[in-house]
Amino acid sequence: MATVLVGMADLKAARNPDIITTLGLGSCVGITLYDKARKIGGMAHCMLPTYKGFEGQKIDKFVDSAVIELIKQLERMGVPRNALVAKIAGGAHMFTAISQNNDLLKIGERNTAAGIAILRQLSIPLIANDTGGKHGRTIELDTASGALKIKTVGLGEKII
Amino acid sequence: MNDSLNNNLSKHLDVFKEIGNIGAGHAASALAGLLDRRITMSVPIASVVPFNEIVNVLDGPETLVAGVLIDVSGDLNGFILLLLSMKDAMAMVSQALCQPERDTEDSEFVLTDLEQDTLVEIANILVGSFLSAITTFSGLSAIPSVPQLAVDMLGAIISIATIQYGTIGESVLFLNTRFNDLAGDINGHFFLIPDYNSYKMLLEALGLEG
Repeated sequence: MATVLVGMADLKAARNPDIITTLGLGSCVGITLYDKARKIGGMAHCMLPTYKGFEGQKIDKFVDSAVIELIKQLERMGVPRNALVAKIAGGAHMFTAISQNNDLLKIGERNTAAGIAILRQLSIPLIANDTGGKHGRTIELDTASGALKIKTVGLGEKII
Repeated sequence: MNDSLNNNLSKHLDVFKEIGNIGAGHAASALAGLLDRRITMSVPIASVVPFNEIVNVLDGPETLVAGVLIDVSGDLNGFILLLLSMKDAMAMVSQALCQPERDTEDSEFVLTDLEQDTLVEIANILVGSFLSAITTFSGLSAIPSVPQLAVDMLGAIISIATIQYGTIGESVLFLNTRFNDLAGDINGHFFLIPDYNSYKMLLEALGLEG
């Protein structure tokens, strides 16, 4: 079993028995896609909601373009798109007191919304999410089961 | 514009190092006044670091850190983030409060309300004097907000800086300053997070093209 590490603005796919993880999500979102029959999954760690307006930049950085790219990688590994289910974690609002109206600080919510929107557009069911709040998250996707473990500082662990 | 910003950041690294030097120099004097002891300061290291490497330059994305964020408005708009390891945060707070340092490695460790307020106040003084140095030599206004503290994973806290830079490139500008007193080193990491226009304005005010 290997642990596959997904960095910031990065995405990776892997198969059973690997664990795919990304560390310290704040307002970024972690989106996982998983095929239960083939036990193959993927994860993206995205910083910003939409690629539109940022053409030419790294696609892994944006929620919508990263999800599309991750699906392509999974398809190359033999996963049909209609076998995939998704989970989302992260999208926190780390500094809540400073300028409630500041768009940048509310980026977490916008990242989550962009994730929900692109999954709906691609008809991929979103089966679980753990988003919002004002705390960081480390997430681990177990490709054997599709379970997504979420670790926090001071708020314990859970599996979605 | 995106590539040019990254190129510009690298090209003007010495300028930002000097901004950091002047800013942190003021901050160190303010800290010395607050803690009532001699504080020396290293010349800041200014670097442009890709997103993926920034957490490794520090202690790894899951490390517990104290981050204080200050919103800046005026001619210059953006944020300043001061990041301290828990150990360094504890060292500063215990010196300011004249209390013994507690063990931050303890799994039960949390900052008390008083310690949190003290840390926010220290950050306020550090960032306030840092900003006043920048405004003095650039002639641009920059008004700090009340600071806010968050204690959480490094990756989560730093995302505020990476996301702002993320709209304009693939790297973040990073200033690392070491404060030193008789008891040892305290590492303070400053992240200047100007919006794109402020960044250009700052360079222009210094007589460089944006």
